[in-house]
Amino acid sequence: MTEFLFFIEVVVAGLLAGTMYSLVALGFVLIYKASSTFNFAQGAMVFFAVLAFVGFMELGLPFVVAFFVTILLMGLVGFCTERLVLKPLRTQSEDTLLMATIGLGFVLEGLAQATWGVEVRRLDLGIGDFPIQWIIDSTGLFISALDLTAGFVAAFLIIALALLFKYTKMGLGLRAVADDPGAASSIGIPLGNIMLLVWTAAGIVALVAGMMWGARAGVQFALVDLALKALPVLIIGGFSSIPGAIIGGLIIGATEKVLEVYVGPYFGGAIEGWAPYVMAILFLLWRPEGLFGEKIIRRV
Amino acid sequence: MMQARNFPIGDPILEVRNISLSFGGVKAITNTSFNVLRHEIRAIIGPNGAGKSSLLNCINGIYKPQEGTITLKNEVLDKISPNIVARKGISRTFQNLALFKRMSVLDNVLVGRQLHMSANFLQVAFQTPQARREERENRERCEEIVEFLEIAHIRDTPVGRLPYGLQKKVELGRALATEAEILLLDEPMAGMNVEEKREMCRFILKVNDEFGTTMVLIEHDMGVVMDISDNVVVLDYGKVIGDGPPDEVRSDQAVIDAYLGVAHD
Repeated sequence: MTEFLFFIEVVVAGLLAGTMYSLVALGFVLIYKASSTFNFAQGAMVFFAVLAFVGFMELGLPFVVAFFVTILLMGLVGFCTERLVLKPLRTQSEDTLLMATIGLGFVLEGLAQATWGVEVRRLDLGIGDFPIQWIIDSTGLFISALDLTAGFVAAFLIIALALLFKYTKMGLGLRAVADDPGAASSIGIPLGNIMLLVWTAAGIVALVAGMMWGARAGVQFALVDLALKALPVLIIGGFSSIPGAIIGGLIIGATEKVLEVYVGPYFGGAIEGWAPYVMAILFLLWRPEGLFGEKIIRRV
Repeated sequence: MMQARNFPIGDPILEVRNISLSFGGVKAITNTSFNVLRHEIRAIIGPNGAGKSSLLNCINGIYKPQEGTITLKNEVLDKISPNIVARKGISRTFQNLALFKRMSVLDNVLVGRQLHMSANFLQVAFQTPQARREERENRERCEEIVEFLEIAHIRDTPVGRLPYGLQKKVELGRALATEAEILLLDEPMAGMNVEEKREMCRFILKVNDEFGTTMVLIEHDMGVVMDISDNVVVLDYGKVIGDGPPDEVRSDQAVIDAYLGVAHD
């Protein structure tokens, strides 16, 4: 019985950690949907956002004010990205855009560290990374309060974004731009505004993801690499699907924990770091477009 | 065919004045001028590479001509992009179909209603009466268009799966949904069979008659052009070599030499 309970605990912890991957992956999906580009700068955006947030707090701003100021800042980053990077490259191929996002990533990383310094910061959200007592009492499961909060926050963001895309003018415009930018602008959809909104939304998602990660692991440069774990999540979920990002994140989170606990010892442990990539490769062989991605049909 | 039109042909609505466009050293359009009259169907013809699509792209704001002006309803269109031109009442279709292939027919048409949507995210989220009314009106309008074009039976099919002729119709539907005063149609009948062409002609005439929409179309099928257009502009090597009613243009010697065909010995 305790064996089984322990297994459940591992899975639940994995799922909740998975929601954090989902959060990061969500930022990638937003940009991918709008411009068919994998935004390599997303990891840097996570780092940039949360470092700025902590920086504002250190300057003495209250939590809520710092949060909104950071959102404004991410809006500004989105605006500059649109005007200085995306707009001049609009007629270029997707590969060019991809390279541009890699460059953007370096710029953001550099800017963030030049402004706020390189030392690791602590971020205290007031939510402890320890098991919740009443859940232990009622079920015997050890579930971290931070994990649980991250789960709820991710769920909220996801529902909000899904509704936004499905039911609003902007969502419809965004889907149109993703499909054919030329046609979209010919019927009056302003490409620039759509891109600005998308990058700002991706910036907000990056901030929230960064806060969750930062609270656990400290606000540090390693967040950039951690964010790249979204890559296997997206390969499994599909690059253009919001539900895909969620399910992909949960799958990666749960399996990597289960593998770590039950298979890890045979490899000398710490397989969490690379197991998701192995899964992604296996997944590519089976279903290259991901669980929820659009099927790629090529006529030869 | 010309008797008792619901919307009689009026004053110039669109004036193209001395337009020149070049790409590097290649001159696509040279010193071109013509007027488009309100409520007319205007054809642009000419051999391949004559600059017809470039001209449409200039009007639409995709290309910026180096010289000359384009005036819409007495307002010079200057420093503008396609989305602003669309806002001012010019919509278009493309030579090589530019549809949102992953969306359904109805959604494609609905995107054309973008300019007529004003409810913001919160209004939609809380389903305020205004947002609901707007949504209903836009949907109704799209259903009407889909009925009008006789594509109601495929309204929920993703556009990518439809045959070419139907996709052309959907593109026309999306342009109609914008309720633009001027429609630019770039080869609306290319690649269609006789039957489909006849149908497309019927729709173009019907749209013009029922909504009074001014049409500017590029077409290669001379039969079609002579049948449906009120006036024809003939381009050759980026220059206007003929401008007038179909009968006049057809008997113009320069036009015959350049385009309509000279008997080969």
